[in-house]
Amino acid sequence: MAGNSDLDVAYVARLARINLTEEEAKTFQKQLNDVLKYVEKLRQLDVTGIDVAAHPLPVFNVFREDAPRDWFTAEQALSNAPRQANGLFVVPKVVE
Amino acid sequence: MIDNDLTAASIADLQSLLRGREIAPREVISALRERIEGVDGAIGAYLSFDFEGAIKAAEHANVDLPLGGIPIAIKDIINVTGQPCTCASKILNGYRAPYDATVIQKLRAAGAIPFGKTNLDEFAMGSSTENSALKSTHNPWDLSRVPGGSSGGSAAAVASDEAFGALGSDTGGSIRQPAALCGVVGLKPTYGRVSRFGLVAFASSLDQIGPVTKTVRDAALILNVIAGHDPQDSTSLTEPVPDYVARFGNDLHGVRLGVPKEYTIKGIDPHVRTAINAAVKQLNSLGADIVEVSLPNTQYAVAVYYIIATAEASANLARFDGVRYGYRAENPKDVLDLYGRTREEGFGPEVKRRIILGTYVLSAGYYDAYYLRAQKVRELIRRDFASAFQKVDALISPTSPVAAFKLGERVADPLQMYLADIFTIAANLTGICGISIPCGFTELDGHQLPIGLQLLGRPLDEGRILQIAHAYEQSTDWHKARPPIASIAPGT
Repeated sequence: MAGNSDLDVAYVARLARINLTEEEAKTFQKQLNDVLKYVEKLRQLDVTGIDVAAHPLPVFNVFREDAPRDWFTAEQALSNAPRQANGLFVVPKVVE
Repeated sequence: MIDNDLTAASIADLQSLLRGREIAPREVISALRERIEGVDGAIGAYLSFDFEGAIKAAEHANVDLPLGGIPIAIKDIINVTGQPCTCASKILNGYRAPYDATVIQKLRAAGAIPFGKTNLDEFAMGSSTENSALKSTHNPWDLSRVPGGSSGGSAAAVASDEAFGALGSDTGGSIRQPAALCGVVGLKPTYGRVSRFGLVAFASSLDQIGPVTKTVRDAALILNVIAGHDPQDSTSLTEPVPDYVARFGNDLHGVRLGVPKEYTIKGIDPHVRTAINAAVKQLNSLGADIVEVSLPNTQYAVAVYYIIATAEASANLARFDGVRYGYRAENPKDVLDLYGRTREEGFGPEVKRRIILGTYVLSAGYYDAYYLRAQKVRELIRRDFASAFQKVDALISPTSPVAAFKLGERVADPLQMYLADIFTIAANLTGICGISIPCGFTELDGHQLPIGLQLLGRPLDEGRILQIAHAYEQSTDWHKARPPIASIAPGT
C-alpha cells in the first residue's frame, strides 16, 4: 500500500486489465502519488449544495428515430480484426 | 512563383491563386509534397501521407467551393477512410479507418483535400508530443525543443509550411498550446460546436476538434466548414453556424476585455509576461476597454482536469482490448491474459498512468472523494467564467506560462508536464471557446521562440474572439515571422 494515498497501483492496474512489470508499478506508484497529492487541494473547497455539471453546456433529451439504417457491413466491421473466422471475431476460449 | 513561396501561402492566399487559375490544385499538392520531403526529416510532423489519393482528389477539385483544392493535414486521431489512424499508439498498429469522421466528410464536401496524418501524444495525452509511441516531432523554431502537444504534429506542420492548415483536437489545451509554442493560430471551438463523430475519444466531455492555421482568417474559414450539428454526435449543438469572417474589422471600440487577476501567477516566464502586457496595451489602443476580472476557482482547474479527464479516458480506452481491431498480444493463454498483455504491450506509460488513475478515482469508496468532488468544483469554475462574461466579452491570458521547452526536459515528471496546461484547461472544463495567436518572441540559446496570446470567449461566441484576434493580428507582424526551417529550399 502506498505512502500518502490509498492507491495501490498494482491492484488498480489489474482492475484496468493492464499487466505491469514490478518496476513500472513502482515508478507509477511514485508519480501517481505526486498527482494525488496535488489534487488534494480540492478538499479545501466547500462544495455542499453544488449541482454536478455533467456537461458544460445544457443539452437535454437528445433523441433520434429508432430506425434501421445502412452502416458497416460485417466484412467492414471485421476488416481490422486481429483474428477472425466465419464472420466472427476469434478470441481464446472464455467458458470451459 | 517558386514552390517555397507557394507553400508559405495562407489558405486565403492559396484560394485566390486557385480561383484566379494562376495555379492548379495538382500543382499545390506537388509543391506540398516537395516541401514535406525537404523538411519533414528534420521536423517529424507527419506519421503518414496519401499523396496519390490527394493528387486524384486534386484532379477533380472544384476550386470555387469554400475550401476547394486546399490540402488539409489531419491529426492522426481523426478517422479518414482507408488511412491509418494510429493515435500515435502501438495498440492501433495496422488499423485502417473504415469510415470518415464527420469533420472529414464536411471538409471533402467543401472541396478540401485531407492528405496526411500528423503526429501527437499517444491518444492526445500530453503537452509535448513526446508521448508519441511512433516518432518525435521537433519545434521548427529550435529543433532541440518540443512543438507542444498534443497536436504537436499539426502545429509543427503548419509552422514549417508543410501544411496550409490542419485539424487538431483540444481536450485540455492540445490545439492552443502547440499553436503557441510553434507560433501559429489554434482555435478550440465551444464544446458541441464541431462534431466529435470519428474523433477517437479521450475525454468525451472535454474533447473538441478545431483548426490550426497560419492566420486568424484561415481559422475562421475552416471553422465555417466544420462547425454545425451532427445527428451522429448527440452532444453537438443545433444552433445555426454564422459566417465567422463576417465580423472582421480593425476597430475594437465597444469591446470589453477581461484580464483575470489570478493569472499573474508565479512561474510565468518574464518574457511571456512582458509580451502579454504589450498585447493588452495594443488591444487597448485598437479601442478595446480593459477590465480586471476575478476567476477565484481557476486555481483548481488542473486538479479537476486530471480527475475528470483520466476517469473518462479509463472508460473510453477500455475498447482497446485486442479483440476487434489493432494490436493483439501473441499466444494468449486465456482471455484475461489477452487483455492484460495486449494493453501492457500496446499502451505507452502515460496512457497506462492515466487509465490507472482514472480507474482509481471512479472506484467504489473513492468516487465521491475524487470524481464527484471534481465535478462539483468544475461547476464552481463554470460559474466563475459565467460571471466574468457578464462584465466582459472575452478574457486575455498567456496560452502557456513558458515558451517551448527542451525535448526530454519534463518527461520524467508528469505533474510538471500537466502544469503546462494551466491557462488552457479551464476552457475545456467550462466548454467555452478559446484561441491562441502569436504575440511575440523570447530568445533562448540563440533561438527565437514564439509566445502565444490566448483569448477566451463565451459559449458559441467564436465570432467574437476571431474578430478580436484578427484585429490584433492585423495590427502586428508576429504572424509574418517564419521559423529558420522555412528558409530551407525544397528538396535539400
